[in-house]
Amino acid sequence: MFKEFFSELLEGNLIGAKCKECEKILCPPKSACDCGSRILEKIKLSGKGKIVSYTVTYVAPIGYDKEVPYVVAMVELDEGPWIVGRLEVDAERAEKEDLIGKRVEVYGKEFPTEQFYPDKQRRVVPMFRIIE
Amino acid sequence: MRDVAVLGVGQTKFGKHPDKTLPELFAEAFFEAFDSSNIELREIEAIYFGNFVGEITDGAANLGGFIADEIGLAGIPAYRFEGACASSSVAFREAYLAVKHGIYDCVLVGGAEKLYSAGTPIGTRALATALDSAYEVNSGLTFPGVFALIARLYAKAYDIPLEKLREKIAHVSIKNHKYGAKNPKAQFYDKLGNLKVEDVLNSKMICSPLTLLDCCPMTDGASAVIIAHADFAEERVDEPIYVRGTGQASAGSLFRQKWDIVKALPRKKSAEMAYREAGITPKDVDVAFVHDCFTIAEVIASEALGFFEYGKGADAVEEGLTWIDGDIPINPDGGLIGKGHPVGATGTAQIYSAVKLLRGELDFVKVDAEIALTDTLGGDFGTLVNVILSVHRR
Repeated sequence: MFKEFFSELLEGNLIGAKCKECEKILCPPKSACDCGSRILEKIKLSGKGKIVSYTVTYVAPIGYDKEVPYVVAMVELDEGPWIVGRLEVDAERAEKEDLIGKRVEVYGKEFPTEQFYPDKQRRVVPMFRIIE
Repeated sequence: MRDVAVLGVGQTKFGKHPDKTLPELFAEAFFEAFDSSNIELREIEAIYFGNFVGEITDGAANLGGFIADEIGLAGIPAYRFEGACASSSVAFREAYLAVKHGIYDCVLVGGAEKLYSAGTPIGTRALATALDSAYEVNSGLTFPGVFALIARLYAKAYDIPLEKLREKIAHVSIKNHKYGAKNPKAQFYDKLGNLKVEDVLNSKMICSPLTLLDCCPMTDGASAVIIAHADFAEERVDEPIYVRGTGQASAGSLFRQKWDIVKALPRKKSAEMAYREAGITPKDVDVAFVHDCFTIAEVIASEALGFFEYGKGADAVEEGLTWIDGDIPINPDGGLIGKGHPVGATGTAQIYSAVKLLRGELDFVKVDAEIALTDTLGGDFGTLVNVILSVHRR
């Protein structure tokens, strides 16, 4: 499931699931809805949302240390779910400006995998581009 | 169902122990607990052991048997529990339930971890295994990162300017380092005891807005607790400390919790379960040992546990309400920030301090208390455990 989510993301599609029983939208999809239902419909989300929080990371785990400083953000999608990804701004801007509330769109970017990541071929990161 | 009590407790010095294996480190804590329990070794019927990332730091799994063998107890059931930073609290709760329901009369609980010796890059990666492995870690999110995200959410949720919030939560670091500096078993014993707000704000930025002094350290250490049913305990020790209630709750990935994040809802559930079992309210708690892995973490915990209204926890620490002479002293042993955080050992180390304090044996800090609460958080609210201890059986 997670590999399909990231393959679609690299194609420009943000995939979620809609519960046929309670109508909740899940992104990324899960095996069952929070209500317990397994009747889920695969849907494509708009890929747009707004930043709800972010942090500039200066101390990274092994496998990510060449990428510092990087900005990790949590985004509230227009359809409701929140997702975690990386914000495409430099550290300096993220420190100076309050970016919370900024509109973003998401796309997928491939990075080298690392020894503990579940996908042994590649590591795809949701990237957020500020669009306003 | 039976009442349950703590007999002896033990804790190693927290810090760096590259010269010992996990079982060797645990044995040191166990001997202290055993020597103050007035029991025969063979009276221990089972071992409940907490460890988070032995596979990564020491290439060590299946630790139950090795722990049992190390202390001369090979043969008895020995379990290893993993619930990230709450590993030994989960172990404690399962041990408590087993004794309460008559499965065993007397058991050993504890934990050990060696994160300091592993070094920061590996330690940071090991800790990140407690996040969503597919959908959070891929962006390079770390634990300081999680609580940095939470700090910004908290600032927005309660309309506090971020710089103001940084100053307020810096008092958690000042307070916990002040007490940790007095604790001979703390990683920062005799260090960092007189911090100022500027020291916290200006120390090395780890994940903005959190600096190094907003974070607990990487720590090696172990802790151990021996528990038994209350009648057994009363025959053996002068001051059994009674386990009056426990609670546990869970949650999934951080991003799926949305605005519930700042309310730490699993903690609220877990604490309410423990309060209900103990028949008390938050007002009855005299002292709390709370999961301050980061400054902001202690603040949101102090709210979810019911000590302060949501949004008021940062003011409370700044105003001194959680200091030892305040309304509800929090982490008078230094907490994770001052004492250190050997992840799998942290839960039972909180119980170590709580039991010592309730017995009036925590020499370096005086708090009059009859009821203590411990609070241990595993991951980004994935595992929450609370324990209520009292000098009174009922």
